Amino acid sequence: MTLALYVPRSSVVHRMHAGVKLLGLAVLAVLLFALPTLTAAGAALAGVLAVGLLLARLPVAVLARQARAVRWWLLALLVVHALTTDVRTGAHVSLRLLTLVLAAAVVTATTRVNAMVAVVEWLCAPLRLVGVRPARVGLAITMALRFIPVLIERADRIRAAQAARGGSPRGLRALRTTIAPLLVQVLQMAHDVSEALDARGADDVPPPRRRRSPTLETP
Amino acid sequence: MRFRRPGAVGTDVDVADPTRGIELRGVGQRYGDRVVLDGIDLTLSEQRVGVIGANGSGKSTFARLLNGLVVPSEGQVLVDGLDTRTQVRAVRRRVGFVFQDPDAQIVHPTVAEDVAYGLENQGVPAEERAVRVAEVLARHGLAGHADHPAHLLSGGQKQLLAIAGVLVMRPARIVFDEPTTLLDLVNARRIADLVVGLEQQVVVVTHQLDLLDGFDRVLVIDRGRVVEDAAPGPAVQAYRALMADR
Repeated sequence: MTLALYVPRSSVVHRMHAGVKLLGLAVLAVLLFALPTLTAAGAALAGVLAVGLLLARLPVAVLARQARAVRWWLLALLVVHALTTDVRTGAHVSLRLLTLVLAAAVVTATTRVNAMVAVVEWLCAPLRLVGVRPARVGLAITMALRFIPVLIERADRIRAAQAARGGSPRGLRALRTTIAPLLVQVLQMAHDVSEALDARGADDVPPPRRRRSPTLETP
Repeated sequence: MRFRRPGAVGTDVDVADPTRGIELRGVGQRYGDRVVLDGIDLTLSEQRVGVIGANGSGKSTFARLLNGLVVPSEGQVLVDGLDTRTQVRAVRRRVGFVFQDPDAQIVHPTVAEDVAYGLENQGVPAEERAVRVAEVLARHGLAGHADHPAHLLSGGQKQLLAIAGVLVMRPARIVFDEPTTLLDLVNARRIADLVVGLEQQVVVVTHQLDLLDGFDRVLVIDRGRVVEDAAPGPAVQAYRALMADR
């Protein structure tokens, strides 16, 4: 499993500020609902594909993977609408969802996590007034992205260890026998990670303007 | 054990004297009634210092004292004259720490972002950050992995990444807590070569005794006390004799 969807390229879309891309995504979503026609949805999908494949030069497989992930939802929407309203409405709703999913995929594949998190931190800046530290919010998001695959790997390891000793519980019992040892490991890991954060200066609070750059370019 | 809490990190008043090395004065560490370290008086000024001992002997606690991850219950730990109790930020800028399990040390999803993390905390400007990250990745064979998801790296690459994340901060001293324990023979050798070749002062807690060849000084810790403090040969011999009696 990979949560890091960034595809490194040197394109105008990659260089665009993460905030602009996220704003563009939001505007697209609003427009798709404000202009509820099949033609508009089709044009938007063509636009998203043009930006993703031609401008950003993303591999077709990246967008295809995202489309595959929602294919059953798209089909379900089409069928439900075909049965309750008409096929054209079903096609429109499905096309709209596909367009938004692919647009989000283009944004994710062309924007580094750090740049995305920097936008979240910027959006959270007003919360400083009530004592929230935006940098900590950003770090929490980043760490969640980082540790989801690690936790999945640990859960797999626990299941493998149980299977190696003849255990192959199913259903709720499987959930219970996996969650308890996983929780213990997660707590231990949380302690280790907090030490690692301390060791790398997480308590240091640099001036806000230097806290994080929108992009991190490495030659 | 007393762990640091936000707001209890002390000041950054910098009156460091790099010639003093790491000093432990009457250091003791207790968890409730259990004594983990007792009566440790040492000055570590050698370039390469090894620490060996049985599981549960207090080695890891000893290592964590050196950059203020653990504050001693008794006594004082000074790094270049800076007290880990009151000047922990300044101490941590001088003493990097590499943990046994790199998975717990890598906090960002991709390689370059993780290496940059410590620099962000230090307030290093973005341009300089990018240069230093690229430089350290290139030096340790990770240049081609800058944008790769960290969790897809091999065990050896993850440990390299963890070390790169510390080296990029340019500490004067680095503490390694069993850096090769989770690695296969090839990767363990690779990490060992890297550790030995560093220009910084290194303090290495390890069970891999051959890693200590060429070290300047080796401490043997047993039941919370330093029971041998010598060159690698005699220290390892003393450790083997100690373990043979168990």
